[in-house]
Amino acid sequence: MTITKELGGSAPIELTPKDFKGLADPDWCPGCGDFGVLNALQRSCAEMGIQPHSILTVSGIGCSSNFPGYFNSYGMHTLHGRALAVAGGAKLANHELTVIVTGGDGDGYGIGGNHFTHTARRNVDLTYLVMNNQIYGLTTGQISPTSSVGMKTKSTPFGSVETPLNPLTSAIMNGATFVARGYSGDPRHLSDIMKQAIQHKGFSLIDILSPCVTFNRDNDHSFFKQRVNKLEDANHDTSDWKAACELAMEWGDKIFTGVFFQREGASTLEQQEPVLRDGGPLIKQMNPLTKEQGSKIINALM
Amino acid sequence: MSTGKYDFSIAIGGAAGQGIATPGNIVAQMMARRGLHINAYNAYQSIVRGGHIFLTIRARDDFSRSHGDKLDLLLCLNQDTMDRHLDLMVSGTRVLFNSDDINPGTPASGVELCGLPISELTDNSRNRLVQNTVALGAFMHLSGLDFEILEESTRQRFARQGEVVVEENVSVARAGYQYALENFTPFPIPAPLGEKPLAIWTGNDALAMGGAAAGVKFYAAYPMSPSTGVLHWMAKNARDLGIMVRQMEDEIAVANTVIGAAHSGVRSMCATSGGGFALMTEAIGMAGMMEVPAVFINVQRAGPSTGVPTKTEQGDLWQALGASQGDFERVVVAPFNSLDAFNTMPELFNLTDQLQIPGIVLSDLLISEGTSTVDPDLVDVYPEINRGELITESTGSKEYMRYESTESGVSPRALPGLEGHIHIVATDEHDENSLLISDEFTDPHKRRKMVEKRARKIINLENMVPSPSIEGEEDADVTLVGWGSTYNVIKDAIPMLKESGIKVNHLPIKWIVPLHKKTIEELLSKSNKTIIVENNYSGQFARYLRSETGITADGYIRKYDGEPFAPHHIVEAVKEQLAGKTKISVPYQEIMV
Repeated sequence: MTITKELGGSAPIELTPKDFKGLADPDWCPGCGDFGVLNALQRSCAEMGIQPHSILTVSGIGCSSNFPGYFNSYGMHTLHGRALAVAGGAKLANHELTVIVTGGDGDGYGIGGNHFTHTARRNVDLTYLVMNNQIYGLTTGQISPTSSVGMKTKSTPFGSVETPLNPLTSAIMNGATFVARGYSGDPRHLSDIMKQAIQHKGFSLIDILSPCVTFNRDNDHSFFKQRVNKLEDANHDTSDWKAACELAMEWGDKIFTGVFFQREGASTLEQQEPVLRDGGPLIKQMNPLTKEQGSKIINALM
Repeated sequence: MSTGKYDFSIAIGGAAGQGIATPGNIVAQMMARRGLHINAYNAYQSIVRGGHIFLTIRARDDFSRSHGDKLDLLLCLNQDTMDRHLDLMVSGTRVLFNSDDINPGTPASGVELCGLPISELTDNSRNRLVQNTVALGAFMHLSGLDFEILEESTRQRFARQGEVVVEENVSVARAGYQYALENFTPFPIPAPLGEKPLAIWTGNDALAMGGAAAGVKFYAAYPMSPSTGVLHWMAKNARDLGIMVRQMEDEIAVANTVIGAAHSGVRSMCATSGGGFALMTEAIGMAGMMEVPAVFINVQRAGPSTGVPTKTEQGDLWQALGASQGDFERVVVAPFNSLDAFNTMPELFNLTDQLQIPGIVLSDLLISEGTSTVDPDLVDVYPEINRGELITESTGSKEYMRYESTESGVSPRALPGLEGHIHIVATDEHDENSLLISDEFTDPHKRRKMVEKRARKIINLENMVPSPSIEGEEDADVTLVGWGSTYNVIKDAIPMLKESGIKVNHLPIKWIVPLHKKTIEELLSKSNKTIIVENNYSGQFARYLRSETGITADGYIRKYDGEPFAPHHIVEAVKEQLAGKTKISVPYQEIMV
């Protein structure tokens, strides 16, 4: 399947996932869930025919935030927790770019939680891929905002007593217009969700169950494989946010994956931004002040 | 026609919510339109209603640099103002007040108490602010100004509120004028007419306009006093100037969003105060590491922590010097006043673009919220714009390396979206081709190479900006060294010292990084006595100068009570130091606000 998306005026050519292979090889642990996410995004972008140079991947810090180095596109590997804030600025300054934000649960829901809330409600056209492994891996295993109650880690040797954050209901409550969950163990399904998320105009979150094989033995592939159920089989109406929240709260024998909620036709921040109404992206409006503008601001002082 | 003879100051005191701003603005604007030079300083607190506000407006027929030392006219809008400040008034001055409500107390001899019986002059039952308008009418008579000037200003100001409001205000003002004509003695020197109408602005207006003139198209902020004026100017002018203005969830988001926009290629900036700047610092280090040019303005207020939010201080020098972990290149500049702040913005943007480094501006409440006049012909809104080595078109097949180790250290910058120039920028240390050095093994040679590449960018920085120079007579008894906002008050103090027979010159420092060490050493080696003036407790600049040059000053003048220096503070401090009484003078703040 080749979906052509008009981006940056470049001619659509046939792309393969290999075209999206980055300069560096992933240094993730063998078996890490993040490999599935990388493969799924490479496949999605190839199938959608998005030119690598028209994509900007932005990440924070953490295992999964090394993503931009492994993916062939423009990339920004920013600060811990700040990917959404940086990506929002980059997108607003050049909304012709397809901006994909990657990171982990600690990065996005913990230290970056404030930006997660506000970027969602602003509905900036970003695709946010959170590789949720319910653990801090790069720091060798401490609880994260999504760790389950009772989970034993180096920072919780007697088991975590904190209620985990639910990324999906949070995103829906914060006004995100596309909210989904994927599983890195099913890259084909994940890729389908990614394509919908990238196509969606507005802020889209895909919370991706992406097991850490080294530090989280509680939530490994065998845990997910027997629980993951596709929403497509559950006859769910993605415009129903209440039903979406109920399904997103399920975390027992069944854990649903797929698109939980989508609000179509909501204006993005870029569409509402007054200075972007008449012209192209901001970067193409870098003119010095005109005589008229200059006189106007001086006269206002008189 | 500058005679240098007219030097008039009016202070308006009252509580927040009593409408001080309106008469203040009208007085300032009338004076500016006459071509008189204005300098206004507003002392206030962090409350919306109540407290004590004290606005001083100084008008001169010569350049007006500070709010000065004396008051000619005190306008009391409440009893508190009368009680606090009557003792500031000396022979020859006037005090205007509502005699219905305010008990004047006993003034010094020669002070004319000008009580306005507001209820006799107008129906004040509907609008408590009417006393302000009556007082403005009286002000016109006292200043020897025709009533028609106020009438015109009033008509313009209230035009949008309809004819009824306009007529009511004009008639009330006229009643005040008439009463004053019959009862009060005008000042001996009437307000003269200057050469041409002057523009009037705040330092925050100037910083924002300077950004706009520099081509800033992205501005983000989180409201924080005393920097919020920059946000307000930007928001108001956003549509007309094509500037995208975004209010963010916190200053962390502000700085990161600005860097994101700057990375996409748009000139971007933000302004905050010390607390917000603290939150921005990690991102400033990111700009250093990723080599993304952006400008961060810190409008200093009295700290630490929440400190005194509505008071001034120069307490963030070391915060700017040390903003963010690690060793990286930055420019730090402390403009002298509003016009200098305006001019600094395009200059700084050109530097940060050429060197691909973050730029930090240290303003403070005194500059940013101070109101002053400026000759509109001096405000160059079409400055030269130099974006440095930007690649905007796809070229050749040569492999592009974002961080190519060039001789100058500056690597040509391709913007995202361009074909053939795909690259990553990273906060991790990286090689010329953007590969993280920790992706293989932490190669010490690569690390050293990249640290030195970035450092090379600023080797020539001192030559890219003007070096400081001595202002005033060469052979002086004392050299006053100041930085940033002390420029104006020192300039005002020097002629006063000269009148007392003390020859003083001035070495003002604007560029903090780069610091022109050799020039400063040379200049100060000729100084008979060096005194450093700054608005903080610990002598932040004195310590910086010593650390960079080894120079230890002979004396220090410091103020850290939240209020700015007045010229006589400097004068008295220099005198006591010349008399050998002390090496550190801490001027006493007379006006309790």
